[in-house]
Amino acid sequence: MTTVARFEIKYLQYMDEKGRFISNDAPPAFARDLETLKQLYRDMNLIRVLDQKAYALQRTGKMGTYPAATGQEAIGVGFGSAMNKDDVLVPYYRGQASMVQHGVRLEEVLLYWGGYEKGCDYEFAKQDFPIAVPIATQSLHATGVAKAMQMRGEKRCVFTEIGEGGTSQGDFYEALNVAGIWNLGVVFIINNNQWAISVPSKIQTNCETYAQKAIGAGIESVQVDGNDIVAVKAASDKAAEKARNGGGPTVIECISLRLCDHTTADDATRYRPEGELDDGWKKEPIVRLRKYLESKNTWNKISEDIMQKELMEQVQKAVDNYLNTEADEPQAMFDYLYEELPERTLAQRELAIARGAK
Amino acid sequence: MSAITLIEAVNMAIAHEMGIDQEVVVFGEDVGINGGVFRATDGLQEKFGKERVIDTPLAEAMIAGIAIGMAAQGMKPVAEIQFMGFIFPAADQIISHCARMRNRTRGRLTLPMVIRAPFGGGIHAPENHSESTEAIFAHIPGLKVVIPSNPSRAYGLMLAAIRDPDPVIFLEPKRVYRIEKHEIEDNGEDYPLGMCFVDREGTDITLISWGAMLHETKQAAEKLATDGISAEVIDVATVSPLDIDTILESVEKTGRACIVQEAPKAGAVGSEIAAEIAEKSLMSLLAPIGRVSGYDTVIPYYRLEKQYMPKVEHIVEEVKRLVEYR
Repeated sequence: MTTVARFEIKYLQYMDEKGRFISNDAPPAFARDLETLKQLYRDMNLIRVLDQKAYALQRTGKMGTYPAATGQEAIGVGFGSAMNKDDVLVPYYRGQASMVQHGVRLEEVLLYWGGYEKGCDYEFAKQDFPIAVPIATQSLHATGVAKAMQMRGEKRCVFTEIGEGGTSQGDFYEALNVAGIWNLGVVFIINNNQWAISVPSKIQTNCETYAQKAIGAGIESVQVDGNDIVAVKAASDKAAEKARNGGGPTVIECISLRLCDHTTADDATRYRPEGELDDGWKKEPIVRLRKYLESKNTWNKISEDIMQKELMEQVQKAVDNYLNTEADEPQAMFDYLYEELPERTLAQRELAIARGAK
Repeated sequence: MSAITLIEAVNMAIAHEMGIDQEVVVFGEDVGINGGVFRATDGLQEKFGKERVIDTPLAEAMIAGIAIGMAAQGMKPVAEIQFMGFIFPAADQIISHCARMRNRTRGRLTLPMVIRAPFGGGIHAPENHSESTEAIFAHIPGLKVVIPSNPSRAYGLMLAAIRDPDPVIFLEPKRVYRIEKHEIEDNGEDYPLGMCFVDREGTDITLISWGAMLHETKQAAEKLATDGISAEVIDVATVSPLDIDTILESVEKTGRACIVQEAPKAGAVGSEIAAEIAEKSLMSLLAPIGRVSGYDTVIPYYRLEKQYMPKVEHIVEEVKRLVEYR
């Protein structure tokens, strides 16, 4: 027998949990700019504050089920910051970090989980897809968007995120397959937070990495430390540049740990091994970047307190707007079904209006 | 102008639209050089190039998912699912996303796309190639489900489906792909979606059908005429949204209704039509509403296919029962 093909998966990490640059590779240019790192630090904190607020709203009956992204902020913020404004984001349900990074307003996130369709009517991120709840279906939408860009010769790209559990779905494989064949400008981000509700990775796959799933589609892939925003952004910047310039798709597996329950409706103490959280909190993404900034004497307790206060105010403003949102009129159920509502449904619309008034 | 079959009319309509609208793209399994297994896309790749007539990998969910992504970017995909029996991997994409995108984004993202699929039995095909499952999609708000019954309608309705701003499931009755020819001028004139066609006027009973079964229904009407029974025949054409007004108007005139469908009887498009007639026109009825349909069984392999399909004599028999009902 002879070997006809050989593969390997590279792992990328620049900054360790103590906030030290440890890679033999030179850090990317943006990592030498402290202002950029401070902004990324702020953006990650914004998502954590948003998640905390949303949780509090849910616990007090003012919000529906909500999936926090605690511990995964570096992933969404990292790849979201690699996106240009005219790139298109096709998010997964725990995607608030990348969504906000790409222009979705905080209150739109709250509106969506608070039960308002208008939370998907983005004011700024006009071409971005709303969250896809059916797992992995979004991967295919991303390939379709990228195909349209390719046919029109546009130098734009598409980012789509998926959980590691989602990579078990057929739609994910179908998307990788066609993206490879058609050389589509899609960056597939696998958010490997090690849990699919209660199912750990060892039940999800027999692969050593999720990144290697790309090999079967002939796509370049890399595994990165998803708690290291420098690594996430560096890999995403490179993949985006490649995608925009006809270089085709990339799969980036970002390893993190879900430091929260699956959603507000979940209780992870039923299945999470003891000690995992303690260990996870030592590696989480925000604290290590803060340590680095502090080591550069560009961050301290005072700047932290000021930032936290500002973020609280920013999120509170979105919460206020959310809480003051008027419910849609009952006819809204009908008014966006088709461009023109079928005649036979008009009577039901009238009925809903009449009943709504009572 | 030349006489063409239903499938040639589908081809002509797609070609017409591709010729005038750069955003129209065709893709699916074997639609390119092979021109589709039934030849619905024959010659399109030659005419419009590989860029716009695309052979996809063999994955139906992917075909629907790609169409959604492209349509959200403003393109007008005309995607083929090779047989309706293979549409179910794509059902999640069609039902969970395609039908809902406009509604959930409050009109920000819309999907002007067509998914076409040959459907129905009667051609001695293998298993999973013969089902009539139009009711599954007709049940889903946000979709339109269109079924042409003859070449002219295939041309006009396909044009309308491609031009429609919302997703259309376009189901082609493959048993009648080549059963008759119509003289059709390729003039780009579409037929309205969401409208029934009254194919034959009559006074004693309204026969309501769509797709391939319309042919049996019309033959039954001919036969009934020789027996002195005047049947009105309606081609539903768009099974969702239903043009129920045209049906009710006819039933109120004739006082009797018989629905003819190839699909199983229960939970079908015919059930919905019967319920509407009962709800809104009960007092006009001189007899119970009749239904001639496939059985509530799995459609058999082709050795028993003939025994499954509703036939002209079944329609005639049922109509006579209704007309003679006291």
